[in-house]
Amino acid sequence: MQKNAVIKKTYFDTGFDIVTTILLVLALLIVLYPMYFVVIASVSDATSIAAGKVILLPKNVSLTSYRRIFQDARIWTGYKNSAIYTLSSSLIGVTLTTMAGYAFSRDDLVGRKGLLTIYVFTMYFGGGLVPTYLVVKQVGLMGSPLAVILMGSVSVYNIIIAKSFFTTTIPKELYEAASIDGCGNGRFFAVIVVPLSKAIIAVLALYYAVGQWNGYFNALIYLNKEALYPLQLILREILLGTTGTISAEITDVDAIQEMQRIAATIKFGVIIVASVPMLVMYPFVQKYFVKGVMIGSVKG
Amino acid sequence: MSMQHVRQTPWTKRLGRSIRRNWVLYLFILPTFVYLAIFHYWPLYGIQIAFKNFKPARGIWGSDWVGLKHFNKFLKSYMVKDLFRNTIILSTYQLTASFPFPIVLAVLLNYCISSKLRKVTQMVTYAPYFISTVVLVGMLNVFLANDGIVNQLLGKLGIRAVSFLSDAGKFRHIYVWSHIWQRTGYNAVIYIAALAGVDPSLHEAAIVDGAHKLQRVWHIDIPSILPTAIILLIMSTGNILSVGFEKVYLMQNPLNQNISEIISTYVYKVGLLNAQYSLSTAIGLFNNVINVAILLTVNKIADKLSGTSLL
Repeated sequence: MQKNAVIKKTYFDTGFDIVTTILLVLALLIVLYPMYFVVIASVSDATSIAAGKVILLPKNVSLTSYRRIFQDARIWTGYKNSAIYTLSSSLIGVTLTTMAGYAFSRDDLVGRKGLLTIYVFTMYFGGGLVPTYLVVKQVGLMGSPLAVILMGSVSVYNIIIAKSFFTTTIPKELYEAASIDGCGNGRFFAVIVVPLSKAIIAVLALYYAVGQWNGYFNALIYLNKEALYPLQLILREILLGTTGTISAEITDVDAIQEMQRIAATIKFGVIIVASVPMLVMYPFVQKYFVKGVMIGSVKG
Repeated sequence: MSMQHVRQTPWTKRLGRSIRRNWVLYLFILPTFVYLAIFHYWPLYGIQIAFKNFKPARGIWGSDWVGLKHFNKFLKSYMVKDLFRNTIILSTYQLTASFPFPIVLAVLLNYCISSKLRKVTQMVTYAPYFISTVVLVGMLNVFLANDGIVNQLLGKLGIRAVSFLSDAGKFRHIYVWSHIWQRTGYNAVIYIAALAGVDPSLHEAAIVDGAHKLQRVWHIDIPSILPTAIILLIMSTGNILSVGFEKVYLMQNPLNQNISEIISTYVYKVGLLNAQYSLSTAIGLFNNVINVAILLTVNKIADKLSGTSLL
């Protein structure tokens, strides 16, 4: 009887293991294939893609689409703008967020509960699109890159993550000891807290950077000159807009068709080019993003 | 003794002392405080244009009050029913369809017998999160085009080409399932963390008692990640009417407009493209109030049912 139960259990568990493995491999393939396909399509020639010959491996490998992409000045401008916006937003965001997060983590700060309520309120209720737009206009930031940088550089959610990080990692006694030795708050933060908080700084930098690099909404409403557009708005034109990347000098029908096919290939290349910074940062990003989610989950 | 003393001091005095002692900390808070005051609290003042006939030349204060005119106009317009229906269906569809996947993935990863497969799967399923919305929608457009890879693969299976992008009826499915494709790995991380925190002695006891793995999943793992799941569910219901502008706006085309127009895209079009500032603010406010009400209600219900609440 006892033995039977054990056999039944192992029998069950083997089945469970097999099903688990199959499902995981399936999930892996479903997520991987679309990304893999973009890569092989971006280096294949347009005709083979249109004919459905590019399924598992690239056909007639060529880098024409990449050559064309890098000749497009808009891509470079977009790249440069996005880099500037992302770095600035991330720098401002990390500085302000760690400062506020640390201050809120100190329970000897009278009035912090009230202040925190004022902060959290903004997460749930806001003026909405038009009133915010009017304020940006009124403070003279309309059309300025600063609007895009600032609008993506303070997140109350991130402040709360920072706060819970500091609450759990910087023991109260540490400041008490330091202050007895005559160390003030400013120096304590710079000399002791910051070096102990590399993990949260990395997490916050990445949160702000990813948000700014991937977002387009603020740029869409606050910028009006193409020269200032971040990469995502340029991508929107190339990937989704009616304006292709080809000049309409050729009138011959076959040539136009050929050009349309090339335009389609270019889209694959553009997707890769746009995602390269994220791909390069990915191993680093993954490690710290996971950490960030953990810290965030400490307090819902 | 000293506690007693602290309690008797009036809070103004305590605040004064705290500011003197910790003025640097208040200085640390100041920049974000100013930021929120300008970009979050100042716009609250502008909400009044929802009840006014806002004329930019006359300013927010100088424009005439019109009461609930804009709300009435919106609620009586032919769009309103479609807007609410589209928004609610899209977000509840997304919420309910995407909810189980991260939990299932986390459990599968937790019981994976090969650590290599686990690592690779986790890394790969996590990656799409970093694909920007523009690129994701770009990929959808290329993949689902009439001559795209999806139709090519369907063709190989002998299935006639499907017009994914021009069929309004497919909009919601594409929106939701691409979301699941993009976010399952990322959303699973929090459940993986929760599963790692399960007391191993529970599993040991269950194994001794002869429980097989499926029973352990059902009786130990699922109950222990339930509180996390409930919190996440509450948080997402608070956003039920503010379902993402970015992706929907990019996926819109004239052929799916009647299904894909949602409140946030409509607020944008009315407000910034047509410059009907007051009407747009009224719609936004109406939407925001309902959102908060839903959040508070769900929070209360969850609190009553399971003792898990967000606020």
